[in-house]
Amino acid sequence: MDRFRMIFQYFQSSSESVMNGICGLLALASVKMYTCFDFSCPCLPQYNRAYGLGIMFIPPVILFLCGLILNRQSLVMLDEWRRPQGHRKKDLAVIRYMCSSIMQRAMVAPVIWIIVTLLDGKCLICAFSGSVDPEKFVGFANVSPVQVEQLLAKVPCKDDELMRNNTSYKAVSRYLRYCSQALGWSILLILIVAAFLARWLRPCFNQAALLQARHWSNYIDIEQKIFEETCCEHSRLFAHKCILHFFESMRQEIKMHKFNLPREGEGDEGEEDPLRGITDQDQVNKLLKTWYYEKPPLDVS
Amino acid sequence: MDKFRMIFQFFQSNQESFMNGICGIMALASTQMYSAFDFNCPCLPHYNMAYGLGILLVPPFILFLLGFVLNNNISMLAEEWRRPQGQRGKDSAVLRYMFCSMAQRAMIAPVVWVSVTLLDGKCITCAFCTSVPVETLGNASHLLLSQGEIQRVLARIPCKEIYNGQELIANEVAIRYLRCISQALGWCFVLLMTTLAFLVRSLRPCFSQAAFLKSRYWSHYIDIERKLFDETCAEHARSFAKVCIQQFFEGMRTDLVAARCHLPRKDPEDAGEASKKLLGITDRGTMNMALKSWHRCKPPLHLHSLALPSGNGWAGEGQPPMHPSVPRRETAAYYSLV
Repeated sequence: MDRFRMIFQYFQSSSESVMNGICGLLALASVKMYTCFDFSCPCLPQYNRAYGLGIMFIPPVILFLCGLILNRQSLVMLDEWRRPQGHRKKDLAVIRYMCSSIMQRAMVAPVIWIIVTLLDGKCLICAFSGSVDPEKFVGFANVSPVQVEQLLAKVPCKDDELMRNNTSYKAVSRYLRYCSQALGWSILLILIVAAFLARWLRPCFNQAALLQARHWSNYIDIEQKIFEETCCEHSRLFAHKCILHFFESMRQEIKMHKFNLPREGEGDEGEEDPLRGITDQDQVNKLLKTWYYEKPPLDVS
Repeated sequence: MDKFRMIFQFFQSNQESFMNGICGIMALASTQMYSAFDFNCPCLPHYNMAYGLGILLVPPFILFLLGFVLNNNISMLAEEWRRPQGQRGKDSAVLRYMFCSMAQRAMIAPVVWVSVTLLDGKCITCAFCTSVPVETLGNASHLLLSQGEIQRVLARIPCKEIYNGQELIANEVAIRYLRCISQALGWCFVLLMTTLAFLVRSLRPCFSQAAFLKSRYWSHYIDIERKLFDETCAEHARSFAKVCIQQFFEGMRTDLVAARCHLPRKDPEDAGEASKKLLGITDRGTMNMALKSWHRCKPPLHLHSLALPSGNGWAGEGQPPMHPSVPRRETAAYYSLV
């Protein structure tokens, strides 16, 4: 029982830290995914924007869903939300608290992906190279609009022959990267200021309600874990009893069919008999066959 | 028994995490396999698609089957499915739950392979390079080539060293185009799978949560019961073997005493702990006899509760010394109920 108590205390103190750990791992995974991913802009007018914006927004959605899937608390919250009322009232404040804490943790990896993408710049350069105003740059003066479109679409592909030595195309690329990095740092600054304010100002509003919601959301989580542990313990004991009954019934059956045993008194087969009365190859075979063909009923009363 | 209890508790609470661990290892193994695999597009018109799509689809199938093979619970599922009903009813919901949870875990490595393949782009580039739209991306009218020739030239797109169609369509343009399509497909595939997983996980508590709890409990129960039964049988086998061997040595000693009745016997009260463990065999010849007898004629798998002197003389080396007394031999005459 002491062991259970230790394990439960561990779970209680670490439920939040387990969730934070998963959140951190997903954030690292998102950075790693971005660096491993081989970004190659198609450099075609019709496809650039779709590709660039797709790479910027689809992986965050995937990471957000992964953050929700990997978080155990989301199942607990859904369970609490959908359960019939029964004898226990439902507290919407607790459900709201759980939902917001799950969402906050799930948002970290997508935000990191978007910021890393913006700070790197490749996606924005690919998506918006065709939307740059060519008049701002020297080198597009005597070119027809269709050609301008084609040329601008090729700007993200640095190792294309046209791009290699052309300074005006490099200027376009630098300009777009500047916009992208400025946007990235601004978003990062805004988010950090918002997080700072939220954490600082939260105790000024409704701290008591928050403490209550946090307590009961922890409680629901722990209760679920303990229920699962108790069911496991119960099924183990049930199985143990069931098997003992089975061996006992085999022993009874064997006794019924043994006619001539003058010496095997009842007193010899005490509770500690490790052989449980099965002392013969045929008896063992019969036991194993019966176990397969006729499992005992699930009733240990 | 306490030790067993601890171990069982560990397995029970960590059965899911153990299987998740195997699942994660297989996913990592699949990415490692892909990066170790040396992809070589044949660059021939009719072989490209077969090779590219083969590499995309055949290894995931193998990984899926491997996921089932490495899962210990597959034999448990098969056993529960095929056993006769007997005194215990069968619940198909439990079987369905076990199969679904195994299939979900086995799906992860194939999905990772397909995603990594699509995001890398080599397979799709190889398979579909002959379908590149030359009219929009290159100069279709530049060279007057037959359709077959154009196909042959396009088929060499993935092999940069031998590509000779730079005037028809630039190699980098075609590869970038195909890789863009492949990566778009890859991300859409990953998004689709993640959305499916999310829906499956989040919609389940909304429907039939009680039935799910039941199925989960009984599937764990079946697993634990099987493990406990195996442990009990192993304990039983150990005790059986111990008693069998003790009775063998007892039989040997009895026969020895009967055969050498002219020798002065040692006083049993003087025998200490170590002497008792010698089981009456105290010289080389007897030990050799015992070993030979064990090899040539193992005792029958039939234990008797007390080792009484059998009354049979020990008539030489070849004779098996351990025969239970004749009235005892026919003891197990029961009728099979099966």
